[in-house]
Amino acid sequence: MSDNENYEAAVQSASTEVASFEEQGKGLLGHFHHALHATPSLVPLIVLLSSIVIFGIVVGSNFFSAYALTLILQQVQIVGVLAAAQTLVILTAGIDLSVGAIAVFISVIMGQFTFRYGIPAPAAVICGLAIGTGIGAISGWLVSRVKLPPFIVTLGMWQIVLAANYLYSANETIRSQDIATDAPFLHFLGRTFELGGAKLNLGVVLMVILVAVLAYCLRSTAWGRHVYAVGDDPEAAKLAGVNVNQTLMSVYMLVGFICALAGWVMIGRFGSVSPSATTGTFGNIQSITAVVIGGISLFGGRGSILGAFFGALIVGVFELGLRMAGADAQWTYLLIGALIIGAVTVDQWIRKVSA
Amino acid sequence: MEPILKARGLVKRYGKVTAINHSDFDLMPGEILAVIGDNGAGKSSIVKALCGAVIPDEGEVWLEGKKVNFSSPIDARDAGIETVYQTLAMSPALSIADNMFMGRELRKPGFMGKWLHQLDRPAMEKFAREKLSELGLMTIQNINQAVESLSGGQRQGVAVARAAAFGSKVIILDEPTAALGVKESRKVLELIQDVRSRGIPIILISHNMPHVFEVADRIHIHRLGRRLAIIDPKQHSMSDAVAYMTGAQVPDGVAA
Repeated sequence: MSDNENYEAAVQSASTEVASFEEQGKGLLGHFHHALHATPSLVPLIVLLSSIVIFGIVVGSNFFSAYALTLILQQVQIVGVLAAAQTLVILTAGIDLSVGAIAVFISVIMGQFTFRYGIPAPAAVICGLAIGTGIGAISGWLVSRVKLPPFIVTLGMWQIVLAANYLYSANETIRSQDIATDAPFLHFLGRTFELGGAKLNLGVVLMVILVAVLAYCLRSTAWGRHVYAVGDDPEAAKLAGVNVNQTLMSVYMLVGFICALAGWVMIGRFGSVSPSATTGTFGNIQSITAVVIGGISLFGGRGSILGAFFGALIVGVFELGLRMAGADAQWTYLLIGALIIGAVTVDQWIRKVSA
Repeated sequence: MEPILKARGLVKRYGKVTAINHSDFDLMPGEILAVIGDNGAGKSSIVKALCGAVIPDEGEVWLEGKKVNFSSPIDARDAGIETVYQTLAMSPALSIADNMFMGRELRKPGFMGKWLHQLDRPAMEKFAREKLSELGLMTIQNINQAVESLSGGQRQGVAVARAAAFGSKVIILDEPTAALGVKESRKVLELIQDVRSRGIPIILISHNMPHVFEVADRIHIHRLGRRLAIIDPKQHSMSDAVAYMTGAQVPDGVAA
């Protein structure tokens, strides 16, 4: 055989070193870009911190008080919990329009089970959590087995759950005083405590713990990797050995459970149980806003739950800061709209792998 | 000798399109069986029917003499059949190590792994790096880089490394060298022979005739959705094989 035909033999003496290159000076912007690429949740964190600083300068020292800063946490607790749920669905390349409706319905169930049927409050809470998980299971089944688009399933579920909420409750509100005297356990997550001059409630603690636990699960367990893989490319995940249906099912059930937790948080936050709470209609869009500002891709498979948490806090900072500055409430919506578009723009810039 | 993987009368139709037409298949223990055929002959379809990715409408499959009914690729994988698909089946945003261990992640020993299900990343990364080095994929700088940042050839290399590392009974390679460079293709061929020397049989689907004739023990020629013939590469030339698979010529002993 001539040398030409035997060209493949030359690979015998190929290099066996793992390739490595000298780090070339990328400049400050380059390093920044790299850091953002490695940790996508840095962007919302930077926006969060700078918006706190800007409002601090505009509004004055009142904004930096422990009171104001913890007030933000208290105000975002419901949206924060819903955004945690929304993150999970969006990571699987889905979307859940029913999160707010489920939260309201479950708060009504917890209240009515206690007051209408005389079930002890802790048992009513457990029933509520179970029913929330069940509603999630129905959505999950429709998405994973019947293969319906998540948008359609949860759009329908939103209407069904919200209507069921009004029908079941007969549009009846349970007053805060009645809950406080007869079933104080329903207010459990509204209990406040002092922490170095700051006033926090257990709902905020629940939100923080929930985000921390989910962040761990998504990053460091096989289940979390499967959630990302399913959102990235479900066909590839299936061939690679991921049980796609089971993963989707677990996500939607967990989302139902977390929305039910949000329902319990609502009772603590509002005091009363009202079937017409605005969370039923605004909860969805607020949670999706937090997720998008948090840098999570609506196409699935990319982003971190910490980003969604920061996203929820950013919305809270804007709402409180603008109110304290005496601005018209419409400015809040205008700026949040700009933030959504800005967040996605920044996201595209970070995605450029060439950096 | 009893085939390790045997199929009889497989049929798969998609509406009016017939992908597999009463096809048989035999893989002997310890052999390298090449599957060749024209584009659209149904090579990928029959192989997918063997590894659970496609559920045949009719026909039966036996693994080591036992009848099997794989309803998903996970079933086939649990039975010891590992496949490299043409599409590679990788999650682009996840790291190389994550992809190699997809669906069979390692957990940390002790409390963290048992109760908190924490992944053992250092062990997974070390294993992944070793397997890539065995394949000669030295141009991958960082085992934690996302698969989407790899070149097409590197991705294919990672997919082959994954199958070779975990396959215990049968390894199926669907066009494993299509996107690889000279050195990597050579390494894949060496790896194929290395896997055979460990006693694990391989099904190799390829368009590259020199590679097929170099490594295959037998060649399964697929034509129009079924097995046309099995030929011995030592007794037939590459041009014979091409003539058979395109229908220009009919092998001896086969009714036209």
